[in-house]
Amino acid sequence: MLALDGLSKHFGGVRAVDGLDLEVRQGEIFGLIGPNGSGKSTTVNLICGVFPVTTGEIRFEGRNITRAPPHVCLAAGIARTFQNIRLFGHLSVWQNLWVAQNAMADRKASGFLNRWFGGSARARQEVEALLEFAGVAAKADDLAGNLSFGEQRRLELARALAAKPSLLLLDEPAAGMNVEEVGQLRERLAKLRDDGMTILLVEHVMELVMGVTDRIAVLNFGQKIAEGTPEEIQNDPLVREAYLGAPQSAGGGNA
Amino acid sequence: MDFYLGLAQIIGVHTILGLSAYVVMLTGQLSLAQAGFFAIGAYVAGMLTVLAGFHIVPAMLVGAVLAGLMAFIVGFPALRVKGLMLVIATLAFGEFVRLFFFNFDYQISKGGITVGPLGGEGFRQIRFFPENGWTSLDVMLFVWAVVIIVMAALWWMDRSRAGAVLRAVGEDELAAQSAGINLTVVKVAAMTAGGFIAGLGGGIYAHYTTHIEHLNFGVILATFAIAYPILGGLSNVFGTLVAVIFIQGVLVEGLRFMGDWRNLLFGALIVLAMNVRPRGLFDERATALLKGLFTGRGHART
Repeated sequence: MLALDGLSKHFGGVRAVDGLDLEVRQGEIFGLIGPNGSGKSTTVNLICGVFPVTTGEIRFEGRNITRAPPHVCLAAGIARTFQNIRLFGHLSVWQNLWVAQNAMADRKASGFLNRWFGGSARARQEVEALLEFAGVAAKADDLAGNLSFGEQRRLELARALAAKPSLLLLDEPAAGMNVEEVGQLRERLAKLRDDGMTILLVEHVMELVMGVTDRIAVLNFGQKIAEGTPEEIQNDPLVREAYLGAPQSAGGGNA
Repeated sequence: MDFYLGLAQIIGVHTILGLSAYVVMLTGQLSLAQAGFFAIGAYVAGMLTVLAGFHIVPAMLVGAVLAGLMAFIVGFPALRVKGLMLVIATLAFGEFVRLFFFNFDYQISKGGITVGPLGGEGFRQIRFFPENGWTSLDVMLFVWAVVIIVMAALWWMDRSRAGAVLRAVGEDELAAQSAGINLTVVKVAAMTAGGFIAGLGGGIYAHYTTHIEHLNFGVILATFAIAYPILGGLSNVFGTLVAVIFIQGVLVEGLRFMGDWRNLLFGALIVLAMNVRPRGLFDERATALLKGLFTGRGHART
């Protein structure tokens, strides 16, 4: 579904992502892990067109989207969330979802005036369904910036879903969550997969990654050092070294 | 009485000017080109009524469309830059328009006298109102009819999805883009709408003053245009109206007895307002509070 082919991003002399090959298959949750600064978030930003690619190619459903800007990637079917939540804080919860209904199908379904100045009953129903999904239906008219941290995370996920993507890129969705919230997120992601969503999950919280992904790739210094099922990754010596350091200097850690 | 009618006309025209900056500001852009669009509307509408014998309404509409078209053209290159750079770029455009009219002559003879813009001398005798027997009251009512139409249109737009999209871009461009919003389309559309509205304001202005010249459309006017929505806040269109009444009615006219000290106070008040109310006099909280007061529904939720 999504294929990265020799993808590289250099910031001056720093090779944030260096010759990355990756393939995410239809209907799976693919985990992307690695130590801090290993290029995970950069990879997400490259796929979404936030940064221009230095070399390499990105293909999505057979289409080359290497140079596509973010709104074009979204129209192609890739939605994302951010590592640090980026909601429209001074818009209402409802408006946050409303403005994000930019799926190609929605664009074609309604005329210009209706799309920008009207509002179909179907669009309204879809927003309400997403409010339910995110568990913020009671706060639809509140400003998004006034929601609690957990609610904001859920709303951001709902906003990504408002564009009816076929691929979801989640950049550390569990950051700052407690154990209970991580459990809920895990169920929510599993449910999305059951409904046919493909997910690329960038995450540090191992509990979530190991519990919900089908396959995992591990990055270190912008390169892929391992790929496989969660079990294979957990037993990979290279991965242990990347996270814990070389055996002789290992002094703890909880990866 | 004429003083108050005149003041009401000024407040009305400046409200339109302020609202033109308000639309652009919703997308997070600060445009100092509004005085330029205002000037285009003023000169074009004035020339159409004086030289071509148009009625004021079609003349204003043509002026506004041309100003909007100019805003559309300027929008593409200008909106590639952000923040301070955009301020400079739009300021340069505003000055370009002003200097264009400083050098622009187009005079014809009509009924024994020559009329039309004459460079630095300005454009005199824009006498549509007196020639057609409009009283000051008629003019004032006409100005406010336009103000109400513009405000109602923007109020409605604000409540639509388009308004939410403009604000989303103003809040966070990256998030908006990632949610599928085409930044260029939205920003250029806002700029075009802002240009159109400023052009309308300029069209009226040319006719009630009957004499315009390039100096009317300088940096001061551009600064006023953005000061209104900044002071009034971006929660809704009424903030801009209140700010215009406050600045034009209280600061400019009410404090005239203070002479040049007035300008000092004006600057100090802007600084004070931005510190005390960074999101404008009418921020979300104040709006919700007022709404609660008028609908009698307890406390504000925000």
